[in-house]
Amino acid sequence: MHADPRGVLTGVHFIDGDHACCEGTLAAGARFAAGYPITPSTEVVERFASRIPTVGGLFIQMEDELAASITIQGAVWGGAKAFTVTSGPGFSLMMEHIGYAAMTETPCVFVNVQRGGPSTGLPTLPAQADMMQARWGSHGDYGIIALCPNSPQECFDLTITAFNLSEEFRVPVMLMLDECVGHMTEKVVIPEADKIAVTPRRYTTLPPEEFLLFQPKGDEVPDMVKAGDGYRFHVTGLTHDQRGYPSMNVETQDRLVRRLLDKLKPLGNGRALCDTEDLEDADVVVVSYGITSRVAQRALRMARQRGIRAGKFRLISAWPFPAERIRELAGRVKAFVVPELNLGQMVFEVERAAAGKAKVIPVSHAGGTVHNPETILKAIVEAAQ
Amino acid sequence: MTETTLEIPYEIPEDAHNPAEPFLRMERMPHIWCAGCGIGTTVNCFTRALLDSKANLDKVAVVSGIGCTGRVAGYARLDSFHTTHGRAIPFATGLKLANPELQVVVYSGDGDLFAIGGNHFIHAARRNMDLKVICVNNMIYAMTGGQTAPTTPGTAITATAPYGVFEPTFNLVALAEAAGASYVARWTTYHVKQLARSMEEILKKKGFCFIEVISPCPTLYQRRNKMGDGLDAMKDYKAKSKIRNGAPTGECALSKTGEIVVGKFVDRERPDYLELLRAQMVQALGDRYVEPEDACCSEC
Repeated sequence: MHADPRGVLTGVHFIDGDHACCEGTLAAGARFAAGYPITPSTEVVERFASRIPTVGGLFIQMEDELAASITIQGAVWGGAKAFTVTSGPGFSLMMEHIGYAAMTETPCVFVNVQRGGPSTGLPTLPAQADMMQARWGSHGDYGIIALCPNSPQECFDLTITAFNLSEEFRVPVMLMLDECVGHMTEKVVIPEADKIAVTPRRYTTLPPEEFLLFQPKGDEVPDMVKAGDGYRFHVTGLTHDQRGYPSMNVETQDRLVRRLLDKLKPLGNGRALCDTEDLEDADVVVVSYGITSRVAQRALRMARQRGIRAGKFRLISAWPFPAERIRELAGRVKAFVVPELNLGQMVFEVERAAAGKAKVIPVSHAGGTVHNPETILKAIVEAAQ
Repeated sequence: MTETTLEIPYEIPEDAHNPAEPFLRMERMPHIWCAGCGIGTTVNCFTRALLDSKANLDKVAVVSGIGCTGRVAGYARLDSFHTTHGRAIPFATGLKLANPELQVVVYSGDGDLFAIGGNHFIHAARRNMDLKVICVNNMIYAMTGGQTAPTTPGTAITATAPYGVFEPTFNLVALAEAAGASYVARWTTYHVKQLARSMEEILKKKGFCFIEVISPCPTLYQRRNKMGDGLDAMKDYKAKSKIRNGAPTGECALSKTGEIVVGKFVDRERPDYLELLRAQMVQALGDRYVEPEDACCSEC
């Protein structure tokens, strides 16, 4: 279906990534947000708080991130599309409820505008050091989706994608901005509402007596209901059977937890979102994402100018990690160069997928600013030798 | 209590053993609560209140946190949510705001609502969020094995205070009033009729309503403290409780062996969160303000 025009600010704008992200939530149909102030992410909900009363919806500033991250899930079961926004320290507090959303298959979006860490770290400066936390931060086995925009335009576009994927797969989706992308101001084109595809909630068509809340459909994802419609359903974070009732049973646990991971398989493989260039003849492939991919772009151009056959592999959906694509490349390239604003996170995934068939060279950076393109170039040159 | 409350205005299935059955997920019985536990008693009172208030049960949702009382959501044949530890109130806040026609009842224990969830409790009361909070206070962390709660009275022996509790406790009713609750009452599981009536009252009242129910935990509180079984607790409540409606909540603190002041302490009118929000938005935005319900409950 198409976007509800009430939320779509059609036109050409000159706005930053945080504001573009907010417009993306509105275009995607989000009518509920809960947040807690934290730099450098707050502009997303500040704009939402300003826009939503004339669109029709609610923003509530909660008492902490624990509250914000579960309030949105109450809103989802009440029938709204909902999201929250935070940065590192708040993201740490939200881990409990990322697990709850994964376990209860509550579609919702967590925006993390990454800053330097650990702990309070660098509140106003960029990093990409929450990538592993996004995937593994809550306890137990579960799967999530994480998307990494590298421009304000993508902050708009991928926010809509994030909501759509969360509805399709019924998972929490992490939108992993960084301080640079969040605060970078560029042209953002917002199309007309009927040009924006929006995935509706997968509400069941079955009557209450035939409906089981966690009975998966063909795609391993169950259909949903909302409170107040007479289904008298039960949702729990405990291991539950298809009725949604707690079941402390080894088989139930195995079936449920495997499905939470298996349902995301299509995204890890065929449907992975990547942006690639010059891979056909590449000896060296630079794997990057977010703001670092823009620095890498310059390094790649400089490498080509020097006659090095370097190619680009930009992760847009970082999780599930597109392991098959990297594995396939590993068979025909010499090396991967992986620059990121952390001391080594996604590079381990590249290493795992490459499985020794190609060299993997990290270009790590503790955050606070972006890489120098020459640093990435140097790694490309070394890798090509 | 009027005569009519003794009538049962719905059909009880022929094979039902208890009039509460239509309100319960009988396929989940037997429940996990111990013999002598008071939580079941409070659930009986709650079903009575639902009946008497003539609430549309399709529009009543129960949200629980974690712990023994946290299991209430799992047994109530209503839209019910068993959330994370301490977070029933913020979940309920989102549910209520996205779907205001729901009557959202938060049903949880003292540890869940006042230790790990204490911050959410005071802020929901401050906002006068239209939530009905029922706290079963058994003065202990029971599900995890009898550890000290912020309500465990001084000198009691617990699993984590083997030499006796020395920390001061929260006076829950005073806390609720100070934080802004519209309705505050306390009963024990001995006071089943009064409790059911209070529950019925809050189902009909707007705003943040709070009922504390003092409830026995024979297994993990009383046994360690040589306080007998569930029946002994009833006798104790009967002997020590004193009904003082309207009593200043500051004078209603509990102790291990002292008087238990019960009653309805606060029943006041304050605009609730959604009323305040609407008034402010209409004042600031006039005709440009769009009611949130229209959008939140759409199918998109």
